[in-house]
Amino acid sequence: MTAHLVNVLMGGVFHAAILFLVASGLQLVFGVQKIFNLACGSFYALGAYSGISAVAYFTGHGGAPALFIVPLALGGLAVGLVGVVVERGLLRFVYDRDETFQLLLTFALVLMLEDVIRMTWGTAPASTGGLYLAYGQARILGTTVPVYNLIVIAASLAIALGMSWVLGRTAFGRIIRAAADNREMAEALGVDMRGLYARVFTLGTMLGTLGGALVIPATAAMSEMGVELIVEAFAVVVIGGLGSMRGAFVGALVVGVLRSIAISVYPELEMLLIYLIVIAVLLWRPRGLFGAAAA
Amino acid sequence: MRPWWATPAMLAAVGIAAVLMPLLAPLYYVTLMLPFMAYGVVLLGFNLLFGYTGLVSFGHALFIGIGAYTGAVLTTHLGIRQMEVILLVAALAAAVAAAPVGALCVRYVKIYFGMLTLAFGMVFYTFLLKFYRITGGDEGMRLLRPYLLGSEWAGFNKTAYLVGPYYYYSLAVLALATLVMWRIVASPFGLCLRTIRDNPVKAESLGIGVPRYRWYAFMISAVYAAVGGALLAPPTGNVDPTLAYWTHSGNVVFMVLLGGFASFWGPLLGAFVFIFLQDTVMSVFPYWQLVFGAVLAVLVIFAPGGLMGLFAPRPVPLASERG
Repeated sequence: MTAHLVNVLMGGVFHAAILFLVASGLQLVFGVQKIFNLACGSFYALGAYSGISAVAYFTGHGGAPALFIVPLALGGLAVGLVGVVVERGLLRFVYDRDETFQLLLTFALVLMLEDVIRMTWGTAPASTGGLYLAYGQARILGTTVPVYNLIVIAASLAIALGMSWVLGRTAFGRIIRAAADNREMAEALGVDMRGLYARVFTLGTMLGTLGGALVIPATAAMSEMGVELIVEAFAVVVIGGLGSMRGAFVGALVVGVLRSIAISVYPELEMLLIYLIVIAVLLWRPRGLFGAAAA
Repeated sequence: MRPWWATPAMLAAVGIAAVLMPLLAPLYYVTLMLPFMAYGVVLLGFNLLFGYTGLVSFGHALFIGIGAYTGAVLTTHLGIRQMEVILLVAALAAAVAAAPVGALCVRYVKIYFGMLTLAFGMVFYTFLLKFYRITGGDEGMRLLRPYLLGSEWAGFNKTAYLVGPYYYYSLAVLALATLVMWRIVASPFGLCLRTIRDNPVKAESLGIGVPRYRWYAFMISAVYAAVGGALLAPPTGNVDPTLAYWTHSGNVVFMVLLGGFASFWGPLLGAFVFIFLQDTVMSVFPYWQLVFGAVLAVLVIFAPGGLMGLFAPRPVPLASERG
């Protein structure tokens, strides 16, 4: 019984760790640029495929399988730089437009990126092969958990702590919070908005692509994985509250763990339960659990 | 200034072309008209919400799905094959679903309205996907050829049925839906919706019950979406959960923007161009989404008024200028 429970919980927390990365990117961009980026799921898919390619290149050139996580993460982070292109090439034209148009522009990105992935990597599911268990399994309370999952959970926690440090304690973080709070005032005080927007969006993109790269040893990459994840990330940010980092953290845990429990108890409920919670939160507390705080 | 007869003349020409099309055009293009006419009905209703009331739903595929599945359930499970009954039940089912959903959604505007409608759409999608004993899961359900006007049209093979009776049936439904919508937007009710879009505070102070009117608009657009959904399914003979998926809702918004949400005829033009352009692009290049994504990006950035906006004698009022 305990073993089963731990198993379910660890699966949920692993999923939550990934969800947090994508959702925190979404929150960062929404907090500062006020754009709800539907394409964050597509960046996640892009990161997954780039991670696979990077790992394949690494092992193909004699890299030690035990080190596969290094090219995996680097591949994911590197492709996140596409965020600069997207921000400078597209998004900057619509900052003063109605949010409907901003939403539709990110939807255009969803359409384009899905086909870019199909063109580049084909339509067959791709994976990193047997590397998932390269670090072995750990025994926790009578069940076994892949060590890789523990590494990802730890990395996600470290990123969460790192981001709260950056946002709370550094000059860059203060500027981000100021811009999220009051764009005109921040600009009047000499903040370079162009540069800030480019950096924030790229950072948000890299969080998403890193999430995609890290999830991939545990599953297989498909071109639709992006549009599927966005609705989960969407649930996370609604439950946690739009624009809030703490909200992303709590929301990811809620969605990840509940989904895992639902799958093991009554599989039909899986995402249905999550959306019902989303609707309940939107109706009862539209700002989400942590909605008041910005970025 | 366009002469007064320009719009009626254009409509008459388009109507005659639509009636003559099955006799003159290659069969393939005639079959492409079927999804256009179905989406035409959907978009007319959608634009009452988007263009006239100023609410952007990202979950309208919910009601398209309800319409399409109504046809499948009625024809395969219950043995009811009259198209008139299917359309009626689809409209009723959508109204029953939209009453509570709409009542909850219209309490919010802008992005929260969009998110809430998306969430409701995904609830229905997961229901269709997971409860496969009722819905057939990801494989969906078969839909038997509906009877039109009480006749089975047994002498027609599938293509002849689609480009003949079914084509004219769809055209009649679209024409009727257009006429009704034209009356709705020209009525005092339609004027109230536009007032709410332009200035909800002022509308409230003029005595218009803003949430109630938004709710009415939501219900009407849901009924239109279900009727369109019911028309959409018979040509493929199959329904599946992707009909209710959020990207389908996104495509609906895309079509309206393509044609121009500020114009009554924009959505119809958008559906037409979307369907035929998609077919053209797919015939030369398998990655139509890449092309369409680029088209959408260009539209959003350079021509938010859509195709009708390009021809409009006056600049289209952008949503951002509405405040």
